[in-house]
Amino acid sequence: MATAINVNNVSKRQGNVEALKGVNFSVNRGELYGLIGPDGAGKTTMFRLLTTLLVPDEGTVTVDGFDTVKDYEAIRSRVGYMPGRFSLYQDLTVEENLKFFASVFSTTIEENYDLIKDIYAQIEPFKHRRAGKLSGGMKQKLALSCALVHKPSVLLLDEPTTGVDPVSRYEFWQMLHKLKEENITIVVSTPYMDEAKMCDRIALINHGQILKISTPKDIADDFNDALLEVKGENLYKLMLEIRKMRTVKSCYSFGDSLHVTFSETPDTEGFKKELSELGQGGLTITPIEAGIEDSYMKLADE
Amino acid sequence: MKKMLSFIRKEFYHIFRDKRTMLILIGMPMVQIILFGFAISNDVKNVRVAYYAPHYNNDIQKLVAKIDANDYFIVVGKCTTKEDINHALLSGKADIVAYFDRDFSKIGKKGSTPTVNLIIDACDPNMATMESTILTQVINDYFKNPAGGTGALLVPHTRLLYNPSMESSYNFVPGIMGLILMVICAMMTSISIVREKEVGTMEVLLVSPSRPMGIIFAKMVPYFTISCLNLATILVLSVFVLKLPIAGSLIGLILFAMLYIALALAFGLLISTIMKTQVSAMLVSMMGLLMPTMLLSGMIYPVENMPAILQWISAVIPARWFITAVRKVMIQGLPMAAIVKEIAVIGGMLIIITGLSLKNFKKRLE
Repeated sequence: MATAINVNNVSKRQGNVEALKGVNFSVNRGELYGLIGPDGAGKTTMFRLLTTLLVPDEGTVTVDGFDTVKDYEAIRSRVGYMPGRFSLYQDLTVEENLKFFASVFSTTIEENYDLIKDIYAQIEPFKHRRAGKLSGGMKQKLALSCALVHKPSVLLLDEPTTGVDPVSRYEFWQMLHKLKEENITIVVSTPYMDEAKMCDRIALINHGQILKISTPKDIADDFNDALLEVKGENLYKLMLEIRKMRTVKSCYSFGDSLHVTFSETPDTEGFKKELSELGQGGLTITPIEAGIEDSYMKLADE
Repeated sequence: MKKMLSFIRKEFYHIFRDKRTMLILIGMPMVQIILFGFAISNDVKNVRVAYYAPHYNNDIQKLVAKIDANDYFIVVGKCTTKEDINHALLSGKADIVAYFDRDFSKIGKKGSTPTVNLIIDACDPNMATMESTILTQVINDYFKNPAGGTGALLVPHTRLLYNPSMESSYNFVPGIMGLILMVICAMMTSISIVREKEVGTMEVLLVSPSRPMGIIFAKMVPYFTISCLNLATILVLSVFVLKLPIAGSLIGLILFAMLYIALALAFGLLISTIMKTQVSAMLVSMMGLLMPTMLLSGMIYPVENMPAILQWISAVIPARWFITAVRKVMIQGLPMAAIVKEIAVIGGMLIIITGLSLKNFKKRLE
């Protein structure tokens, strides 16, 4: 399989922070690749290196076989980039934005209409509306249309779904899967672990280092400890109590529940009894399958 | 070419859709030229004159009537006692009191030197000097004129060249042109470029095949166009509203002003390559361009009166050269050959500033 992106031992300082430390990964042509990590993990820095906006302090980055330092101009004409913030002209209408970006890449909307049709059709009824007046989901569709209007071979999307409602997020990932069929290589970053399983492969990143690269399924399967989901009336107090227990290896808050692992095979009933004796009420404890987030927490902890 | 056109169209959209930008670009120059032309003037007008004449006679009556008939002065009344003189000035009823000495009755008689004391409210020394100069002229005129006086006295007469009525707009218009064109062009271009950085669109533009030169050129075209419109407005206003003649070559003046506008745009570009936020770009344009232009260009204070060190500093202020040249061409009517030096200075600055900002313009984010 041909390699579309190759990141070779890249380090990058941003001010006083080492944003990336010896990062290695490569993305295959036509792959939907996810960079998964919390805010401040170095995802945006990675995107800026990929888009030639930054130059690595150490190591090399190639996109479509071109070096981001030497051949930056070649890269700039073949990537589509959607930065983390909404970066279109808010005072131009939907149509004006799209037309402008088409002309920036010396093309027209009509020329590549097939590619953006599915996405643009959804916002076309609002084409005379100013971009600043669009909803989050619509802004995102417009930004994606603008990034696609020149038929890029590589699409780089930095946190495209942040600040977007769940329905639009779901639709967005459906759109990415369609684009993949056009043989466009897509790199997408997200802080949402539930989105990670929509990618072909993911790289878990934290504090500027890659923790693990694999398929979402493998990453979840790699989690070999038994896992209990614990719910209770006072989640915070419950977490403090559980963390004090000798047999407990880890305990993390996952929204409305806690995920707990043990250093030995857990005795669910005995665990529940022990907690009840500590005065915790409304307890439900169920063994569950680990997800990507559990793997991430475990890897980040090590 | 198509790409460039769509860039330029986009810039015009930005300008036309932002009411504040429009107001600053179009409104400010008009307001300033009219303000400085009319309201803020140090012209002597409607100076109120009272007189004190213990020995009132025909001559005094004629002279007072003559003063009153003058455009600059209004005779507001007569003081009856010496205390009245002080009172009239303090209460602000009069700006000048003319005190006709008792000798005045012997006017025209041999061996007598009739005197008039002019008592002037000199809170504003510049105004006081000007008032006294003009009033002295009026009085001297009276004695020269056979219809009124004896014509016996030899009166020194000053002739004011180029600005015979000492209109301050003659001085202000070139200054305002220099100020408005510099500040508005530089500020608006720098803000519009920095805005793209701040909003993040610059990031997207950089990751595209468009060349930085192209992006910048497209930014400048609309502001250059609007500045030329402003230049036209200022010239029309000064000719038809402020009645300021254009003595020299109009084409030459316009071409020279366009060179200056280009320099102002280059300054804006330079500021935008250094600053990261719109607010800082605006502050730097204000402090770095507005203040020095107002204070050191010779617009308000003559450069010749400054201490040597400030004169040196003023040499790097483009408005100084612009104002000097505009005065020469517009007011004095000198041929373009007379401002070759100024053209060379402004042109040289344009090359340096453009070079610096192109060198500074980053193809990447750092």
